[in-house]
Amino acid sequence: MVQVTLSGTIQQAAGGISSLEIEAKNIRQLLNGVEKQCPDLKPELEKGIAVAINGTIYRDDWFQPIPEDSEVFLIPRLAGG
Amino acid sequence: MARNPDADNAPVKKEIESPTSKYDAEKASSFKVVGSRPARPDGMDKVTGRARFGADMVMPGQLVGLILRSPHPHAVIKSIDSSEAEALSGVKAVVTRDDFAPNDDHADVLYNIMAREKALYEGHAVAAVAATSRPVARKALKLIKIDYDILPHVTDVDEAMSPNAPVLHDDIITKGVNPAPTKPSNVVARSEFGHGDIDAGFAQADEIIERSFKTAATHQGYIEPHACVANVGADGMSELWCCTQGHFHVRQVCASLLGIDVSRLRVTASEIGGGFGGKTTVFIEPVALALSRKAGRPVKIAMTRDEVFKASGPTASSSMNVKIGVTKDGRITAGYGEFRYQGGAFAGAPADFGAMSAFACYALDNVKTEAYDVVTNRPKGAAYRAPGAPMSVYAVESVVDELAARIGMDPIDLRLKNAAKEGARSSYGPKFGSCGLVETLEAAKAHPHYSASLGPNQGRGIASGFWFNFGGETCSNLNINADGTVTIAVGTPDIGGSRASMCIMAAEELGIPYDKVRAIVADTSALGYNDTTEGSRVTFSSGMAVIKASQQAVTEMCKRAAMMWDIPAEAVTWEDGCAKPSGPNAGDFEPLSLAEIAATAGKTGGPIAGHHEYNADGAGVSFGTHIVDTEVDPETGKVDIIRYTVIQDAGKAIHPDYVEGQFQGGAAQGIGWALNEEYIYGDDGKLQNAGFLDYRMPVASDLPMIDTVIVEVPNPGHPYGVRGVGETGIVPPLAAIANGVSAAAGVRMTELPMSPPRVLKAIDDAKVAAE
Amino acid sequence: MSGIHVSTKINGDAVEYVCDVEETLLDVLRDKLGMTGSKEGCASGDCGACSVTVDGRLTCSCLMLGAEAQGREIGTIEGIAKGTELHPVQQKILDNAALQCGVCTPGFVVAAKALLEKKPDPTETEVRYWLAGNLCRCTGYDKIIRAVMDAAAEMRGN
Repeated sequence: MVQVTLSGTIQQAAGGISSLEIEAKNIRQLLNGVEKQCPDLKPELEKGIAVAINGTIYRDDWFQPIPEDSEVFLIPRLAGG
Repeated sequence: MARNPDADNAPVKKEIESPTSKYDAEKASSFKVVGSRPARPDGMDKVTGRARFGADMVMPGQLVGLILRSPHPHAVIKSIDSSEAEALSGVKAVVTRDDFAPNDDHADVLYNIMAREKALYEGHAVAAVAATSRPVARKALKLIKIDYDILPHVTDVDEAMSPNAPVLHDDIITKGVNPAPTKPSNVVARSEFGHGDIDAGFAQADEIIERSFKTAATHQGYIEPHACVANVGADGMSELWCCTQGHFHVRQVCASLLGIDVSRLRVTASEIGGGFGGKTTVFIEPVALALSRKAGRPVKIAMTRDEVFKASGPTASSSMNVKIGVTKDGRITAGYGEFRYQGGAFAGAPADFGAMSAFACYALDNVKTEAYDVVTNRPKGAAYRAPGAPMSVYAVESVVDELAARIGMDPIDLRLKNAAKEGARSSYGPKFGSCGLVETLEAAKAHPHYSASLGPNQGRGIASGFWFNFGGETCSNLNINADGTVTIAVGTPDIGGSRASMCIMAAEELGIPYDKVRAIVADTSALGYNDTTEGSRVTFSSGMAVIKASQQAVTEMCKRAAMMWDIPAEAVTWEDGCAKPSGPNAGDFEPLSLAEIAATAGKTGGPIAGHHEYNADGAGVSFGTHIVDTEVDPETGKVDIIRYTVIQDAGKAIHPDYVEGQFQGGAAQGIGWALNEEYIYGDDGKLQNAGFLDYRMPVASDLPMIDTVIVEVPNPGHPYGVRGVGETGIVPPLAAIANGVSAAAGVRMTELPMSPPRVLKAIDDAKVAAE
Repeated sequence: MSGIHVSTKINGDAVEYVCDVEETLLDVLRDKLGMTGSKEGCASGDCGACSVTVDGRLTCSCLMLGAEAQGREIGTIEGIAKGTELHPVQQKILDNAALQCGVCTPGFVVAAKALLEKKPDPTETEVRYWLAGNLCRCTGYDKIIRAVMDAAAEMRGN
């Protein structure tokens, strides 16, 4: 089980849900699980988000493994200048 | 005036221990080329005027494209009649909204490049012509008749949020608010970040300061206006030459907007005359392609400076409230901020990034930030160097500075006591990995600048800042040439010397001299997709792709040597640019150099090359701390920057000259933002200062030398330890200068820019209040 | 519209062209003569990217009409290096990494060379004020000023 914290616009889009528990071994499974539990998040997920695993920020890099007991955050996808 | 002695510029190093790290500490301890300062490969062309930028391309038979822009900040476009323009001799094509099909994937971009139902800001494109000469094109624009129904407008963020404000879009229903609003408004979204319990935190505080701040919109101010040449063949085969930070992105968006296959559009990135985020999107490129398609000839469009100001992306203006509590001994117990950003006529003001980075420099138990993304009748904003962060950090660092004074603590000590460090929970959620804020603060405290004496009317300010940095989709090719030289192709436009860094990294990996390597930016047909040059990602991501491509070529060269020696490939190592037997058991052979292996490549299996394609992750955050001395003229309110020092964590400086250049350039842009630059709107909703005379960016006589200290806390996610450095440099200056000016003027400055009238008024108001 | 015939000298070479009355010297250089080293950053004389010399005097070519070049001697960025030999200002800009994007660089080279011909031993402040008509958005000017001071020293034989 991975404990996922939703933040920012993602938390608001999920109707205020701040955390989820999802069975996932990689980012793709995680995002599928999130979408199943919070269908409201589909547009956000399709737009692209970022996933922080133990402090390292990934984009929607599907097959990035999520180690057991990782700390996982869904945060807005970053843009830069 | 001489260059600082090396001792002053020596990078501050810190060892890291991370068993899982991709960082190669052993290699990093024996760099031969990395960290040197060779001349850049494109330098000669740039000092002689030969380098070709966006507007320097000429295609045979090309037409001049010009764009007609709305004079009104907000108006329904009832009808467009271009028949007279089309009939004018020399006019080859006119395009309007009718020439672009609706597009769900890029709806806002489409609306922005050519207005649809409404013109949403002064300068919004409403039609375009292609003609045989500029005078004919100008005349044609005047012949286009547009029937506008003028609507009320709004340009200020707080006014745009009020219930009575004119609403720009009927389909914007604020996201992130419970219960969801039933009516449209200008507030696109509200978002929230943080952790802990701020009420409990404020209850523990001995001192609490709460203030409101405003910052004006500024423009990236690149010296080269947007320019492109488009050529669409009758069979749909198309080419586009343009100045852009991301030609692959340009291809993607333009192909979609024009309904053509990606493979049919080849985009070449010209030399780029500055971008700073402003050239990460499209403005004129789809219009030029549409004109070329219609005219059957190449079309060049080059914006004027007026168009750059009115119709390419400035940054957001902001209105903010920040409240911070601290104990007498300097522990920050709670931080709260509300950040309201307007980003022009479409969704996407970087309020969420502002809210995420506002308190990033602090390890806090209780923190909460709220962000509002608001639309107004201004040009669609674009990214500008660490988008969203300079404003929010200005607000937070101003209050932190005031709290330090309130409790009588040195402002660096207060920051050190609360500084974000590895393992601390960031204010935006995840815990920090390895990072160098503490090191920059310690270097600042030890720097002679921090203890130098100040003259009358002078004040010193310090502030820290942060940017996330990211990686993204990247690939590069590396070819070993028959004469022993090497060419690299990358897909990330070189905006500040990155080709030099690519050559350095390849030379390091291959063990050959820098001048044997040449890097180019390849066009979209030569490489796989590359994300844009943004997010401080190029030296990190393209650099890593070049390193991996080099390693692949080395593996192949070792294999070729093994074949020639008739020993197993595993028995060959690569050292100092040569294949060597890996030990006495491998046999006794004279080393084979890269050039020797390259010379016989045709006979040993064909050309030797390396390539690497990946989605780069593991970009390291970068923190910086700036020190500035300001002098305020109490008679006029004019502020002079007397001394400036930038201290920033680069992870590893590949080419220190260009790292320093990023630090200095970021600081200079920040100085402009803090002191002079602002988009000034009249009551008529029109921009009043769309030119360099009235939108005054810093010139050489406004600035002192800008000292730099490169701190190097290696990024575990890069073999050489590289962190992005491009953006963080613009984050601290607004706050550092505001803190310096507030100290010099004796009054807290809460609005940017701190132009002379504003400073004078603050001084006068403070005098009145004191009496 | 009737063209104006102009005979002038550019970088020492006799040049003739026909231009419209409204065309600036910058338009002529870039669009008629293919000399794109001079850049248009503002077309209002505020950025200096189009700097040239006219009879030795530093001028924004966007503020001068093409017709006004009649009988003058124009110097542009293309004429500053002698073959493959760079002018000291160009060399020092390279050595000091005093460019990032490089679009302002031709203007700075032309302006700095004009300064050093007038004043071989300028102070830092004099260099900063002389170059205040040239905008650079990338570098913060630090390395450019150092490069010009270095070039001045080298040209003086120091």
